[in-house]
Amino acid sequence: MVESSSSSPSQSEFIPGWEIVVGLEVHCELKTNTKLFCGCANAFGREPNTSVCPVCLGLPGSLPVINEHAVELAIRIGLALNCKVDESIFHRKNYFYPDMPKDYQISQYEKAINENGYLELPLSKKRVRIERAHIEEDTGKTTHVGGDGGRIHGAIHSLVDYNRAGIPLVEIVSAPDLRSAEEAREYVTELRAILVASGASDGKMEEGSLRVDANVSVRRSGSAEFGTRCEIKNLNSLRSLVRAIGYEAQRQVELIESGNAVVQQTRHWNEDQGVTTAMRSKEEAYDYRYFPEPDLVPLAPSAEWITEIGSRIGMMPSDRRERLISMFETAPSGSTFDQIVTAVSLGLDDLVTGAVRNGADARLALARAANEVASDIDHLANINPKTFGELIRMEAGGKLSATQAKKVLGTMLESGEGPQNVAESLGFEALDTSIIEGFVGQVIAASPKEWERFAAGEDQLAGFFVGQVMKLSKGKADGKIVTAILRSKRS
Amino acid sequence: MSDSISREEVIHVANLAKLALSEEEEQMYTSQLGAILDHARDIMALDTADVAPTAHPLELKNVFRPDLEKESLDRDEVLSQAPVAEEGRFMVPRIIGDAP
Amino acid sequence: MTLSTIGMAASEIAGLVRSKQVSAVEVVQEHLAFAASHDSELHSFIDITDEAALSAARVVDEKIARGEDPGSLAGVPIALKDNLVTRGQATTCASQILKGWKPPYDATVVEKVREAGAVALGKTNLDEFAMGSSTENSSFGPTRNPYDLQRVPGGSSGGSAAAVAAKLSPLALGSDTGGSIRQPAALCGIVGVKPTYGLVSRYGLIAFASSLDQIGPFARSVKDSALLLQVIAGHDPKDSTSLESPAPDLLAGIERGVEGLRIGVIEELIDGVAPKVGEALLEAANSLGAQGAKIEHVSVPAVKYGLSAYYLIAPAEASSNLARYDGVRYGLRVEGQDMNETYVKSRTKGFGAEVKRRIMLGTFALSSGYYDAYYGKAQRVRTMIINSFQSAYNHFDVLLSPTTPTTAFELGAKVSDPLSMYLSDICTIPTNLAGHPAMSLPYGQGENDMPIGVQVLAPALGEVNMFRVARALELGAPVISRKLFWE
Repeated sequence: MVESSSSSPSQSEFIPGWEIVVGLEVHCELKTNTKLFCGCANAFGREPNTSVCPVCLGLPGSLPVINEHAVELAIRIGLALNCKVDESIFHRKNYFYPDMPKDYQISQYEKAINENGYLELPLSKKRVRIERAHIEEDTGKTTHVGGDGGRIHGAIHSLVDYNRAGIPLVEIVSAPDLRSAEEAREYVTELRAILVASGASDGKMEEGSLRVDANVSVRRSGSAEFGTRCEIKNLNSLRSLVRAIGYEAQRQVELIESGNAVVQQTRHWNEDQGVTTAMRSKEEAYDYRYFPEPDLVPLAPSAEWITEIGSRIGMMPSDRRERLISMFETAPSGSTFDQIVTAVSLGLDDLVTGAVRNGADARLALARAANEVASDIDHLANINPKTFGELIRMEAGGKLSATQAKKVLGTMLESGEGPQNVAESLGFEALDTSIIEGFVGQVIAASPKEWERFAAGEDQLAGFFVGQVMKLSKGKADGKIVTAILRSKRS
Repeated sequence: MSDSISREEVIHVANLAKLALSEEEEQMYTSQLGAILDHARDIMALDTADVAPTAHPLELKNVFRPDLEKESLDRDEVLSQAPVAEEGRFMVPRIIGDAP
Repeated sequence: MTLSTIGMAASEIAGLVRSKQVSAVEVVQEHLAFAASHDSELHSFIDITDEAALSAARVVDEKIARGEDPGSLAGVPIALKDNLVTRGQATTCASQILKGWKPPYDATVVEKVREAGAVALGKTNLDEFAMGSSTENSSFGPTRNPYDLQRVPGGSSGGSAAAVAAKLSPLALGSDTGGSIRQPAALCGIVGVKPTYGLVSRYGLIAFASSLDQIGPFARSVKDSALLLQVIAGHDPKDSTSLESPAPDLLAGIERGVEGLRIGVIEELIDGVAPKVGEALLEAANSLGAQGAKIEHVSVPAVKYGLSAYYLIAPAEASSNLARYDGVRYGLRVEGQDMNETYVKSRTKGFGAEVKRRIMLGTFALSSGYYDAYYGKAQRVRTMIINSFQSAYNHFDVLLSPTTPTTAFELGAKVSDPLSMYLSDICTIPTNLAGHPAMSLPYGQGENDMPIGVQVLAPALGEVNMFRVARALELGAPVISRKLFWE
């Protein structure tokens, strides 16, 4: 597949007469216990320079030894992305920067462990080619002091923490197959789902365990040749990815239309101002002087090992989506499909299917997972298919109103308690139908004219009565039950 | 004088290696590096089209360590070696230019 | 103490210490005092660590007192080349750029010799970052040849070689990237061994050229060198390039003689050497022939390309290995206006001329547009050299050559002409490229009666035969008549 048509013309024709071309480089931190080449903890949020040793500090005389589990996770990623997993070697990429303890990065250059795969976008089913997914080490973290809001610009000095130096990364490089900012977002969402499902990464963009650089170029619609591309860095969320691509494409089109040329360069996304700016150019062009890393020997995973790793990869997102879809009797609507994609990409599908197995309604379980649970994903560990399923059953059975169910779920996520206890402590004990009937009677007595009109068939007045009952019951009555009682009294 | 390396190339290479050269040194290194590279012309003439490169004398493959945590160094000991340290970190002068 | 251990073999000292005829503390005290009185002229040490040595000696004596095994090198003094990392003790590589650095860890070989009961006297001088063949490139001043203080001891492990030759220490460790153990051993009239690549862990050896560097022993006899190599050899999980196979027993077969061994004299390495060096080699070969070995001349054509390949590969790796000396985490920092200026100022002040020369040469060989022509080409030539040796080893068990083209030259003679200095490693470089073992031992004297070295080469892990041949040569070697500077 060389060229593929975009999923929707409105996306590719984002700027009339022009086509956007995007390729993404995604750096993914691997979920190992220790760093890539030493036994220091791979941990986020420790005190600076407390997870360091001679190897990851690049002290003279120290030598790297590859973490076997990092290689396994890299192979899982490769297999999940349909890559050819093959013998590979490490190279040194030489450049001076204070976050790089050895002033070279150990990376894979000529031969990557994973090459020539693809990722299928969930909505359009378009295949985005993966050129390679290679292993490399992360850098330390530099904090700029004295500048404008911690930026490098205008800083007086910088402070370096090497806790992150040497953490294993896999860099996943796509071909320039994406044709819009939306498509780029869809790609990253699906890639993240794959990384999480394979157990290779926690996929957290906010903590920097997933970092995206975008290569963006534009060309006139119908043109077969690529334009000059710019690489955009500092994309810390899906939102910035979409905005940055949109801005950069517009900038390039304006440049060309005003008779100027796009200069190939690396640009920095400024989230506050919503613009990309050229990174300050160096006195000399980079010349990384790659050469084979003499301190390491080649990686040559055997066919048996690769097969064994393949058998340990969990169910992939596309299969997980199918599994959710199969729970519905009819094909899910567009919005339900979006919820399915969200649930799977956040790893919530096991929760939903488990709840359904415990007797919960599929549609309701999916909605609560893709909305309420998704918005508090950090506390996912506090609920399980059993407690979540129980909550959904309580809501579906009318024991909790929708509003109450959301509140109970929120508290469950915070505290880890079961739905029954939470509902009781919030005073959401189920209202007996006879009590609701009492409320309905009171409301009818208070509004006889409205009741006459409702009884005569003016259905839209149902909302009025439900609202009145809710007031009386302080929100504890279930709207569906109220409506049912109203209807039965009318006939 | 050798034409294996020019003075401009010596200056470029010194820049890449973060070394400053005086004019005298530029001249000296241009001639010395030229002489060494001239000597290497004996291998330039060899036909190595069918010879694979050797990066390493060993034929080892797949040398791994288990993913087990080991004790890290004491931060005070690490930072005691730093030319300048502050707030538990290594302090460096202002950096011009982002990381590549 | 009635008995002097100065000049005694390491194995003998260990025997005396183990049998409590002399204490480790006595041995160490005597050597420290001897070094203190003679090293000001020789300058083989950068740092003599008296206190650490005495406390290490006490540990050995206490072990013996408790009836524990003190190790095969119990109480034997050893000198460590100052590119081996020692915890809490200054490790300089003879460079200003590492000034004041106290490493937070020990090299694997340092741990191993300590566990075997050896006691480190201190850190020996070297060419800065092991780059050189005369020890004149040390930022702490040159070491001198103990047979003639006006001459160089060779390099880069000149301090270790001179200390052992002058009897300041019975043993020393050095590192050999292109001949840095064998060449100074030859020039100082002692035994020096470069083991098979991967036999000894490089963890804690400050890298010069990672695919070529190996640590090895210096001693005044073949047996002592085997004894020390036995201690430091073996797999190390901290070094990915460390061989998995257990180290062979080097001492077991050392006296078996050379009857029936096939020994080849490398033709390409006799051409162009000083006449007396060539004669000594042929005498050595004859002596082996007289002891029953089958001696023939053999052509190993690719060895003549070793120097060119080496001076592209080694500097290329070095240019990368030495990038980390940037003034950020340890060592010298010369403050500039910004980070880049600090890099440049620190490195320009911290590195000496030879190191800069090699960093620039290596940077050039790897740079865009030149990689294939220089580094890539050199890697292919490396393959040719390996193949060439392989063909020879199909017919021979070990090979012989001179260690160096000449005996020790005068201080300053080659300083201004790097290429002529590089040529003094022409016989030793090919084995580093191949990853094979080789050793030098004294055999005869050349001009001014300065010692000549003969090199015994073997295929990968061929140490057992290499030591057999070296031991046989040693038995037939003439005694060096020239006196040491203090004799």
